[in-house]
Amino acid sequence: MALKMSRSLYDRLRRHGEKTYPHECCGVLLGEFDEAGEKVARNIVQCGSTRTDSPANRYHISPSDLVRIQREALLAGHDIVGFYHSHPDHPARWSATDLAEAHWTGCSYVITSVEEGRAALTNAYLLVGEEDGKHFDDEVYEVSAE
Amino acid sequence: MPIKVLIPTPLRPYAGKQSMIEVNAKTVGEVLSNLVAQHPDLRRHLFSEDGKLRSFVNVYLNDEDIRYLTKDATSVKESDTVTIVPSVAGGIELADRASGLFE
Repeated sequence: MALKMSRSLYDRLRRHGEKTYPHECCGVLLGEFDEAGEKVARNIVQCGSTRTDSPANRYHISPSDLVRIQREALLAGHDIVGFYHSHPDHPARWSATDLAEAHWTGCSYVITSVEEGRAALTNAYLLVGEEDGKHFDDEVYEVSAE
Repeated sequence: MPIKVLIPTPLRPYAGKQSMIEVNAKTVGEVLSNLVAQHPDLRRHLFSEDGKLRSFVNVYLNDEDIRYLTKDATSVKESDTVTIVPSVAGGIELADRASGLFE
């Protein structure tokens, strides 16, 4: 498994998309990497998007939020392992914009489709490659019972 | 004086897999130039060919974006932390939604 998370985290990130519907939600996955690059998400941080000009189809996490989140995560012994956002009434698949604006290679990008206000499918993608040749690979994820 | 530099996940493979590196510097510009001097592979990931920071690379001095300070000329002191954070953004293509391409 490339990404593991608990049921409670999984539910929380999906509910975030329901809460912000019909706008996109966004947030950060915190956890650990192991030597093989597998990730365990231990917590999520719900973020507000700065794209108030186009909230139904754009999200942006403030860099100042990322700085604060990373600092607090390090103090807790965690790291940024990925990000999540929602697609209101749109498939849970990365878009050209998602790829163009993704720069955290090695991290997971989790996308949830929210259809008429209800979370539907959640997919995970791993950003790989250098900036000029980056792409998303489908990423397997496991949701544990606890 | 040694300045802490926090390295984000995507750049650690080019920084000896380190999440934090200390460099001696008096300004943010010196921090970054000394950082890439120690880890040359970082240069192309931080800077474009014209020597400017890539547009999606944000550099913070403690809690301040250096764009709103004096950029590379911003002075640093020993207790400071420089954090490099690539941007995080995305979104749906409205054209795809409108065209009903996806079911």
